[in-house]
This record gives sequence, C-alpha cells and structure tokens, in this order.
Amino acid sequence: MTKASDKLKFVGHWRRLLSPTGNAGDAVFRALMFGAALLVLLIVGVMILALASHSALSIREFSFGFLTGREWNPVKGQFAALAFIYGTVASSLIALLISVPLSLGIAIFLVEQAPPFLSRPITFLVELLAAIPSVVYGLWGIFVLAPFLRVHVEPPLARWFGWAPLFQGTITGIGLLTGGVILAIMVTPIISAVVRDVLSAVPNTQREAALALGATKWETTLVVLGNGAPGIAGAVILGLGRALGETMAVTMVIGNRPEISASLFKPSYTLASVIANEFTEATADIYLSSLVELGLILFLVTFVVNAIARLLVWRVTRQTAGVGMAA
Amino acid sequence: MIILSYIAMRGISALSLRFLIDTPHPVGEGGGIGNAIVGSALLLLLSCVVGLPLGISTGVFLSEFGGGHFASVVRFLVDTLTGIPSIVTGVFVYAIVVLRMSHFSAFAGGIALALIMIPIVARTTEEMIKLVPHSLREGALALGAPQWRVTMGVVIPAAASGIATGAMLAIARVSGETAPLLFTSFGSRFFPRNLNEPIASLTVQIYNYAISPYDEWHAQAWAATLVLMTLILSINLVVRFLTRKKF
Repeated sequence: MTKASDKLKFVGHWRRLLSPTGNAGDAVFRALMFGAALLVLLIVGVMILALASHSALSIREFSFGFLTGREWNPVKGQFAALAFIYGTVASSLIALLISVPLSLGIAIFLVEQAPPFLSRPITFLVELLAAIPSVVYGLWGIFVLAPFLRVHVEPPLARWFGWAPLFQGTITGIGLLTGGVILAIMVTPIISAVVRDVLSAVPNTQREAALALGATKWETTLVVLGNGAPGIAGAVILGLGRALGETMAVTMVIGNRPEISASLFKPSYTLASVIANEFTEATADIYLSSLVELGLILFLVTFVVNAIARLLVWRVTRQTAGVGMAA
Repeated sequence: MIILSYIAMRGISALSLRFLIDTPHPVGEGGGIGNAIVGSALLLLLSCVVGLPLGISTGVFLSEFGGGHFASVVRFLVDTLTGIPSIVTGVFVYAIVVLRMSHFSAFAGGIALALIMIPIVARTTEEMIKLVPHSLREGALALGAPQWRVTMGVVIPAAASGIATGAMLAIARVSGETAPLLFTSFGSRFFPRNLNEPIASLTVQIYNYAISPYDEWHAQAWAATLVLMTLILSINLVVRFLTRKKF
C-alpha cells in the first residue's frame, strides 16, 4: 500500500525535477540529501580501499600464507592469521551455542505467551542489557565472571568431561570459554530483539489457522517458528556478525595468546583483540600492515555475514508491511 | 540486573566529588576522572557535529527519495555498516586521519564515533519519517508548497521527536565505545587544551585501569563505570519516556 504510493510520489518527483516549472529549491534540497547518501556510500568504498592499500605490504609479503600460517611473532617478523581466525570463530560459536536457545526462548515467551504486564519489563531489561557498553562487560568479566567460572563451572566440567580434549588443561578462568560466555551474554539481547520482531511479523491468521485445525499451543508455536525461519536464521547470523567483531570485552577475558589448542580452558586470541592490543605498539611497517590486513579480513567477513543476515530478515519482515526493524 | 547492581555496589565506594573533578594520579595517590569526563563530552560533541547532520540527511534521503535502486543500495549498505565492528572503524580512521596528521587527536576520535553514529541515525530517521501520515504531505503539497518546504517545514517537524530519540540512542551507543578510541583519540592524563591533541575518555580509562594490576585502579575503574552507566541509562530512560508519551 505504502509501496505503491511511494512509487507514485517518486515518479511525480522526477517529473517535477525535469520539468522547466520545477522548483529550484527542490533541486537543491534533493542534491543535498543525495549528497549525504552518496557520502555514506563513499565511506564504505573508501574504507575498503584504505584498508586494502594499507595492508598491501603484508599481502605482497605473505600472500595466502597469511591465512593459513600459525606463527605470529612480531620480533622475528613473522605474521599469520590462522590462530586469530580460530580464536574468533571458536569464541563466536560458543557464544551462539549458548545464546541461540536462550534468545529463542525469550522471544517466543515475549511474543506468544507473556501477558503484557510481564513482557513490558522483560523487553525493557533485555534492551538495557544491549545498552551496556562492551568495556563494562569486560570489567565485569574480569572481576566477576572469570573467577566464577574458575571456581564453579570449569572444575566440574573438567571432572565429568575431562576425557574430551575440549575440557583438559589448567583451569585459570581466563580463556576461550570465558570469552564465549561473555559474548553469549552480549549477543543475546540482539538476537532476541530481532527474533521478536520476526515472530510478531508472522501474520495472526497463521496462528488462528493452526489453532482452528486443533493444534495445541506448542504446535502452533512450531508453525509460527516455521513461518519465521529465514528471519530467525537472519537474527542468528546477525548475532554471529556482532560476536565476530566484538572487541573490548573479549580482549579482557580471553587471555590474548596466539595459540590453537583444543581445550576451551586455554587462552586464545581474536582478530579484533590483537588489533586492539598491538596496534599502538606496532613499530615496523610490516607489523602495522599485517594488523591492518587482520582488520581487512574482519571487515570483509562481518560485511558478508551482515549482508546475508539482513537479506534473510528483510525477506520475512517485508512480507508484512509496516513492521520496521527496530535496530 | 545483577550486573547493574554489582556495578553500583563496587562503584559507589570509590566515588567522591574529588574523584569526579581530579585528573589521574600515579598509583597510591588517589586521583580522578575529571579529564576523562570532559574528554568524553568533547568527543561526543565532535561526533554529533559530524555525524548527526549526515545521518539525518541520509535518513531523509532514504525516506523521501527512497524509491530507486540507488536508495536500496544505500539502505542496504547503511544496514550492513551498522554491523561493522567498531575496531575496524578505528583502524580505518587511523589509516586516513591519524597517519596523515601523524599524531593521535580528539578530531580522529570524534570522526570514528561519528562513523558509528551515522548508520544508526540514518535508519531511525528513515523509520520515524515513514510514520508521518501521508495526508500531511499531501495537504502541504496541495497548498502549493514545493517538495523541499514540505519536507523541511512539515514532515521533519512532525517526526522531530522521533528523530531526536534516534539521535539520543546513537549518542548512548557511541558514548560506550572503546575500541575505536584506543588508537584515534588515544588517551591523556591531563585536561584537554585543544582538540588537535590526544584526549582522555571514560571508556579508554576504564579499560586501562581494568587491565592494570593495581587494586586501587580497579576500584577507580568501577567508579568510572558507574558514572558511564548512569549517563547511558539516563539517556535510555529519557528516550523511553519520550517515546511512551508519543506512541
């Protein structure tokens, strides 16, 4: 409905601009607004170009070996990204494993079940969680979460599942697991907010139809989930994108050692944290260039991940007009 | 909630008026975060000056002229830009601003924050303007007003509170950013004298204190966090209050 009228307005607008009776103020105004939008476009372009040109040195030097090598030794001038890629991916996966079921639960509860007097404060609390800055999560992670995991969570894990390589090694409270848990807390509000939007965009007729066919509340929820599946996938990927690029909180609890080990208790290192930690102390050109290349990798990966997520979410929320993404 | 009350508990004990107005001192001599508060305020101001006009104009473009392919591309890029890690923005600003000026500066920090702000402001502006009823535009157009007067004089005022809400949310978001400031505005131990030199900020100071080995600095980090959270939460509450009245 709005789509059609938008289109009409647009066509009419072009005609006005092109016709000699067109208002000069209109042309200027349009040019200004167009310029602003173009600038945003340019920023993205310049971003890619700047990152690429500043990492040219290390791209030339290491080429594809940069992605597959494990050695990161600034003193010897050896740089490679695999350890960081591993740390980034592993911590994000842990985060998703924890946060996806949790946020699905929150969203389903809020949309399908909660009475208004409950859903309002819960929505507020979840939004509040999203408003807490990363560095604050990090501070809390160092002094509260890490000791808690060291004393109450990691020892039982080691005792019961110690046979698996995942849960071996010394318990310090600082490591991959803590990084993953803190990321999970951080991405849960985002995933649940988007899933909530997606679920409430599912038309009510779907629910009514299911109920009319004799489905129970639970089966109806399954139908609704099926309807929103692409959007939910989008929400999860959106969370993934956020987790991949999260910097401060992870840097503060993950231990910052460029190693690849199977154990979740061992310290690790992510793309974002190595940039945060070492950027100001990078003196050699090749060192700086390698760090920028890490940034380029991170940029491209999160760009693709976000693009996929947006497309998926749009597909669902666009079907029902008027439901805007509350981002 | 647990996190918040914990921050309040740990923070209050180290909080005092002196702490709020003093500059940092070496370990064992007290000191405060006065310069960081001023620094954060200046950085926010800079980012608003750059980011708000650009973000709002982009939003207006998307909603008023947003029918074509170009607009779809911009909308899509704005959306994905929201998801770009802030540390990458920091690297980018370092590459194009800091390297060129060859020193850290408040300007660079402000630009980095503005870049994070733009997509948020643009999208909320677009959403808010879309809520303005079409009859309003049509009425104004029927009175013979040109498009730009309709937008500037009727549509934007009608959506003003919504746009302000979006702007405040963006400010709240940006005021908690640390990663892009680490190597743009860098940090400083003194009150800022001019914007062309490194400047302190609350978030970077929290980070530096948190990873330091000193208990006293840890306590100060908690207190600084309390100050920061009070700022961010009050912005969020004000926004909530405004939107509740409106819709």
